[in-house]
Formats: sequence, structure tokens, C-alpha cells
Amino acid sequence: MTLLAALSPNSDFVTACYIVAFSLFIFGIRQGTHPRTARRGNLIAAAGMAVAIAITLSTDVIGHGVLILIGILIGTAVGVVASLRVQMTDMPQMVALYNGVGGGAAALISWSEFRHVSAGGSSIPLDIFVPILFSTVIGSVSFWGSNIAFGKLQAIIPSRPVQFPGQHIFNGLLLAAILAGCIVLGIDHDSPSQGLYIAVLIGAAVLGNLFVLPIGGADMPVVISLLNAFTGLAAAAAGFALDNVVLIVAGTLVGSSGTILTLEMSRAMNRSISNLLFSGFGAVSASAGEREERPVHSIGPEDAAIKLGYADSVVFVPGYGMAVAQAQHAVKELANELEKRGVHVSYAIHPVAGRMPGHMNVLLAEADVPYEQLKEMDEINPEMPQMDVAVVIGANDVTNPAAKDDPNSPIAGMPIIEVDQAKEVIVIKRSLSPGFAGIDNDLFYEDKTSMLFADAKGAASDIAAKVEEL
Amino acid sequence: MSLMTEITIFVLAAFVGFEVISKVPTTLHTPLMSQTNAIHGIVMLGGLIVIGSADDTLEKVIGVIAIAFGTINIVGGFMVTDRMLAMFGGRKRKPKTESEPSTNRVAPDGAPSDQPGESGQ
Repeated sequence: MTLLAALSPNSDFVTACYIVAFSLFIFGIRQGTHPRTARRGNLIAAAGMAVAIAITLSTDVIGHGVLILIGILIGTAVGVVASLRVQMTDMPQMVALYNGVGGGAAALISWSEFRHVSAGGSSIPLDIFVPILFSTVIGSVSFWGSNIAFGKLQAIIPSRPVQFPGQHIFNGLLLAAILAGCIVLGIDHDSPSQGLYIAVLIGAAVLGNLFVLPIGGADMPVVISLLNAFTGLAAAAAGFALDNVVLIVAGTLVGSSGTILTLEMSRAMNRSISNLLFSGFGAVSASAGEREERPVHSIGPEDAAIKLGYADSVVFVPGYGMAVAQAQHAVKELANELEKRGVHVSYAIHPVAGRMPGHMNVLLAEADVPYEQLKEMDEINPEMPQMDVAVVIGANDVTNPAAKDDPNSPIAGMPIIEVDQAKEVIVIKRSLSPGFAGIDNDLFYEDKTSMLFADAKGAASDIAAKVEEL
Repeated sequence: MSLMTEITIFVLAAFVGFEVISKVPTTLHTPLMSQTNAIHGIVMLGGLIVIGSADDTLEKVIGVIAIAFGTINIVGGFMVTDRMLAMFGGRKRKPKTESEPSTNRVAPDGAPSDQPGESGQ
């Protein structure tokens, strides 16, 4: 180790290597704009990471080589096993966990750096101390918040909003106390109290738990994106504390990405970030329980097969219900049968169709649906009036025309897939039960809508079999 | 590096990040997220640096956990992203699209061509 450890971490050569590393990150992400180049882009970013790690390992601050090796071996083993075994339906959980360990790593590094700089007895410069405190708080909040998000997605803890009276006031006071603690530590930067630092660390941990607990399962896409942004900022702050340029740039890139995704998700739900975070959406649904009985047009797989088999164009509108039923392969089979008959097939994907940004696209890609057939909402809506049949599978609120027509609806203004514009609509659903927003869907009662009450997977297979017989 | 230099880098990186990432299509947002998870694993460098000056057991334990966490992000993140992007590449698709729809398209000509490959040449 000592033979290799020759370079100063602040030498020009090391910094140059870090510049190469973050350039490769940016270039790698840039390649991610198209699936044809994205895989190579991922490898390019990985190469950047290898450069950054290799050069850091050859600096003269490296010590305790055995401990480093242990950490890397544990991390590699967990990472390899997790990434090979995870089901695509479970990707949101996996990303939540990655957010968590990333935030946790940033908080732990800050803790260690705090102990190190405060041990000497000399004053800690504020341009080091403030980033340390920031990274500690944000990292700790992300770690614990992500664990709760993971638990909710994995159904270990109830995905319903968990609330207690005065929760927002309590969270607000807790946040104020954490900030006050940080300010006191900052003022005392000559000899900051170790105990107060630990208290801030623990306070942030409690806040992380309490801030995600009241958020419902269907709002998880926003929470995961937000925590992603947090971990990025925590890493960037750690970079400020350690004077490390590649940490600053890489952390900021992740922070930008998480911020963009958070904004996009909240726009797709037509809800402000504060509304998402501070009001459990599930709480609204209870009041909207009263529904009138209205007649619907119910059909079986044969009728559906005839409608689809003789159509020119069919668009599938999948929702999370399809993923829960693991129906994506059955839907792809049905699409294959239709394509054999010359039917033009596409898929309309709402931004919040899954449990994380882009989740539904991954599930369909896993079922071998060609990338070109996956249409984003803004792309498919203008084409909707030309579609012969729209098939809604396991989606509800994202197709509800009330979002456009009824200004008093709880989902008013939310962008939807405009299936009501298609010539005919088939909705595959187990019952008429309302969606997550807890409101009735007028789409189900329209004249051109046929309801097929069945499990998504079974229904898709049945229709595929009937289409084959046509 | 002075604080102001670092802030300059931070601000420029934020603008670059917004520019580049807003060009990634919605379809690829899940792989983007797992890839940024992997890039976030860069915090592991912080673990490598701080563990060098660790002198009590607590700091050693903190360092090992931080390095392990960062490595999980890097290894797991890049690998699972690669797995997902391989699916978007659609390697299995090519033989299907060659055999099935092409015979359909030949049929309307009335020519019972069983060798679409030859007619193409």
C-alpha cells in the first residue's frame, strides 16, 4: 500500500483524473438520451467511476487498506446479488434502498470528518463545517426516509398514510430544533459539542422517518425522486467539506436529476411538492365515498377479441394494476396476436403509471415490447381520436376525463391519457372500485366504453386466445 | 480550492446537469435514476479518504460502513442499469420482426413467396 500511496490528494494530477472522471459521468448520462446508446453510456460512466476510485486509492491519505478491502468486498457482494436478483416490478424498492445507502454513506462520512476536524482542538473553518452539517442532516434524513419508502413499497409497513394529530407541527418544530442545533454548533465552531452533533444526527433520523410515513403509496414516485435529489446534494456537500471536485460535480448531477424528476412527477400529478409532502392524499379519498349506481356495458373476452382483431389501430393504456397482476407478458402476447393480423399496436404511458419515474416502460421493455411502440402521454394524446380501440389495463385515475371536465374534481387539472377521445374503449378491471384518488371514473359509463371484469393477466391471455381463433 | 471556486463549480455543474438530464426521455427515467444512484456512489471516495485518518474503533466502523454503502451504490447501480438497458435494446426482437410481419407483407401481392430473403436480394 505504501508503495502505491505516493500522490497528494490535492496534486494537479489527481485533480486532472477527477476532471476526466466527471467528464465521463456527464458524457455517460448524455448518451442515455436514446436506448441505442444508453447502455454504452452506462459503461462510460462506470469507467469514470473506476478512474476516480483508482486515483483516490493511490493517494497518500489512504490507510487501513484491510478495512477498505472489507468495505469494498461487502459492498460488491451485496450490490452484485441485489442487482442480479431484483425483479423489475421491485425496481422502486431497489432505488429507494440505493438512495438510502447513498444518503447514509454521506452522513457517516460527515460524522467521521466532524470527529476528525474537531479532535485537534483547533477551530473548524465554517466553509468546512457548514457543508459537514448540511451533509449530516440531509444524508441522515435521506437514509431513514428511504428506508421508510422501501418499507412502504415492499408492504412491510402500511402504504396508507400514517398520521398522528399535530404531526406537521411536530415535524416543523423538529426541523426548527435541528436548524437551531446546527446554528449553535456553527457559532461554537472553536470547540463544537460532540453531544449536540449526535443530537442533530438523531433528530435528522427521526425527521426522515416522520416525513415519509404520512405519504401514501401512490405518491412514492415523487418521494423517491426527492430523496434521490437529497442524496445528490448530500454528496455534493461532502465534496465541499473534503475539498473534492469530483464529489461536488457528481453529487450536483445527481441532485439535478432528482430535482428534474421530482418536478416532472408532481406536474404529472398536478400537485405541488408541498401539497404532496404535507397532506396524505389517501385522507381525501375517505370523504369521496358516496357513489351512485350507474349502468355499464359489460363484455366478455370473445367480444373484446372481435373489437380488437378487426381494428386497424389499438393502443394499450397500462397502469400499476397491470404490473401488480404481472400481466405485461400476457399483454405482449395479445399484442403479438394482433400484430399478426396487421393491427397497429402502441402503448400509452402516463408519467405516473408505475411506482417510480419510467417504471412502466421498464416493465414493458422486460416483456420485449419494442421501444418505438412506447408512447409518452404528450405524444399519444393528439393521436387518440384516430385510435380504433383503447384498452385500459389496471389504470384508473390517469384516464379519468373528470380531470379535464370537472373543475371540482379532486384530480382537476391533472394531465391524463385521453382515452375518451378514442373511437372505442375497453377497460379491463376486476371491479368498479375507484382508483387511488377515491373518485368515480366517468369513462366507465360512457357509451363507447366496454367493461371487461376480470384479472388483467387472465383476461389478456383469454383475449389473445380468442383473437387467434378469429 | 477556495470556497468561491467550489461554489462556481457547483453552480455550473447544476446547469450542465439540468441541460443534459432534461434531454433524457421519460421512457428511460428508471434507468436514469439507477444510473444516478451509481454515480452517487462517488461518496465512497469520501469514505476512502476519511478512513485513512481513523484512529478509534468507532471511526473505523463508520468508515467501513460508508465504503460498503458507497460500493453497493456503484456496483449495484451500474449493474442493474445495464440489465434494464439491455432489455430496451431488444436483442430478442430482431428474429421475430424479420420472420412474422415480413411474410404478412408479402402476402397481399398474391405471390406465395416462402423465401422473403431471396426476394429481398
